[in-house]
Amino acid sequence: MTASERNKNLKIFAATGLFLFVILILDQVIKPTSSLSMLLTVLQKGSVYALAAVSMNLLNGFTGLFSLGHAGFMLIGAYTYAILTIPAAARDTVYQYYHAIVRFSIPETLSSFAGPLGTVIGVGIAVTIAGLVAALFAFLIGLPVLRLKSDYLAIATLGFAEIMRAICQWGKLGPLTNGSNLLKSFARISTFKLDLGGTTLSFSTFVPVFIATVCIGLIVLLVNSTYGRAFKAIRDDEIAAEAMGVNLAKHKMLSFCTSCFFAGIAGACMAMVLSIAQASNFKSAMTYEILLMVVLGGIGSITGSVIGAMLFISASEWWLRGLDSGTFLGINAPGIFRNGFRLVVFSIIIMVVVLFFRQGIMGDKELPDAIQAFRTKRKMKAEAKAAAAAETPAAAEAPAAPDETPKGGA
Amino acid sequence: MAKVLEVENVTMQFGGVVAVNNLSMVVNEGEIVALIGPNGAGKTTAFNVITGVYQPTNGRVAFREETIIRNHPQGKMKKLYKGEIGEYYTKERVLAPTPDYITSLGMARTFQNIRLWKTQTVFDNVLIAKHHQSRHGFISAMLRLNRDEEKAQRERVRDLLEIVGLSDVQNELATSLPYGKQRRLEIARALAADPKLLLLDEPAAGMNPQETEELTEFIGEIRDKFHLTILLIEHHMDLVMDISDRIYVLDFGKLIADGTPEQIQNNQRVIDAYLGVADDA
Repeated sequence: MTASERNKNLKIFAATGLFLFVILILDQVIKPTSSLSMLLTVLQKGSVYALAAVSMNLLNGFTGLFSLGHAGFMLIGAYTYAILTIPAAARDTVYQYYHAIVRFSIPETLSSFAGPLGTVIGVGIAVTIAGLVAALFAFLIGLPVLRLKSDYLAIATLGFAEIMRAICQWGKLGPLTNGSNLLKSFARISTFKLDLGGTTLSFSTFVPVFIATVCIGLIVLLVNSTYGRAFKAIRDDEIAAEAMGVNLAKHKMLSFCTSCFFAGIAGACMAMVLSIAQASNFKSAMTYEILLMVVLGGIGSITGSVIGAMLFISASEWWLRGLDSGTFLGINAPGIFRNGFRLVVFSIIIMVVVLFFRQGIMGDKELPDAIQAFRTKRKMKAEAKAAAAAETPAAAEAPAAPDETPKGGA
Repeated sequence: MAKVLEVENVTMQFGGVVAVNNLSMVVNEGEIVALIGPNGAGKTTAFNVITGVYQPTNGRVAFREETIIRNHPQGKMKKLYKGEIGEYYTKERVLAPTPDYITSLGMARTFQNIRLWKTQTVFDNVLIAKHHQSRHGFISAMLRLNRDEEKAQRERVRDLLEIVGLSDVQNELATSLPYGKQRRLEIARALAADPKLLLLDEPAAGMNPQETEELTEFIGEIRDKFHLTILLIEHHMDLVMDISDRIYVLDFGKLIADGTPEQIQNNQRVIDAYLGVADDA
């Protein structure tokens, strides 16, 4: 690694640390009653969707496998997380029609002998298991499905997601999944608090943002590793990749399972943020929303997916809220601005964005690279200007020079 | 001289079409062997069988004295197959490895229509070909525990680009290169896999005489530098006659002649295949 690369990595680490610190501060400063509390909601939901979008981008954008099963894998993650963290005491009220078969909660068990730290570790373990279970399902479904290509793969994975939703609502699995009833009272973001002698530290925004940041960081590392390059080779030309020694079956499976692992974690975070887990939330419409974020941000750009997710969530949850509730930008027109109008405006905005940014907002570039390119361009322009300014007097001193060139050429 | 590649009775049948019919050939160590023939003679199909893209209907391919591909007519093909030696391999186990496995054994190829990874830089195109040599697993590559290996690979790719004369364009997109350099890059990419046997599918397609001459020189150079054995398909007869030690001629899937360039030039069957036989002859 060269010095400049190390420098760049340090900068990225510092920026990430600073970002997380700012989130932690925001978490304490903004009270739930303030008008800015919407910002926290957006950050919570946005980070979850950003993780989901980046994991989908790993599959669709970097490996070229067009899969539409993300809602299904997020559902698996959300249910696994919820089942593993519902406190034992609350089991019977949650599973009111069934006899719950899982009767322990990982955070609770660990906190009984490690205190609050145990809860943190327990939640971490539950989130990881959520990802692993999703990856296991991905492996099993990937064995037959990954032989398919493009549209067929999309249809097969879409079908899988719908089947998962139906299975989770199936009465026979009630003791595990609570049938078509929702799962609740598990460890959610509002439970992440720390009492420091009077003042309470809240982590309700920090936790999902932190998990998403770590996971996206891992995906970035993966994409830039030798395996990430092999994925891109498969996307660009499968036949050439295979001929140059990339094992297609193995690498497609790796990419699929990794993507679904992070989708499962995103599902677990989603359950944390929404504080319920319900199969009917994870419709195929959710997959399309995530796909939209990926396309808006730019297929094959991780920062693009994050930007896309954040813009999408803040527009639909915050900025355009007024369109549904009567007043928007100070205009009070309850006749037009009522339920559903927001979606009309939102769809138009999306169409406009897609028309003007054909490749998505970032194309296939990453934000730091784009900034770097912009800087070099500006620098080169400035240098060219300086050089031109320096040349003008020189040219005036030597008027014979331009005459000689055509002669030499002839 | 050791046999690097041995093709024995290979038949490739697509339904009723026999693209390669009972082809047998040998490539010895250090040789440059050309496979020629009119359009549609089955040369590229033969390449695809050797590199594992197609599973042959019948026959055996050995690489460095070890059988890597073996098949006999199965299922529907059994009925369709009219070859005389269809029963020859039936008692042996079927071997049908994927192309990536064959590449890892030390056989690398280029393509007739250039197949570079379009969104990658020249450097990355060559670096990806080194991926199958990494000994580190998925997780350790993700957590950057393979730093030394990666550094060594990058170093070797840099050297390789220096040798093939592409180091000045290494950070450009592969598709932004002029045609001749794209061909050169494809060869460089194949070399990055550290092959013993290099298969070139029409390396001079679409090149002008001067570029062809440069390529001829280049192929000779890399053969000596990397101790390669080369099997190539080509239509430019100047190039073929110039560099090949031996030539195999295919016509309608069948081997019609083999020998040194002089023998081939004077072979009546070859001349007939290329120019056609007069009706009144």
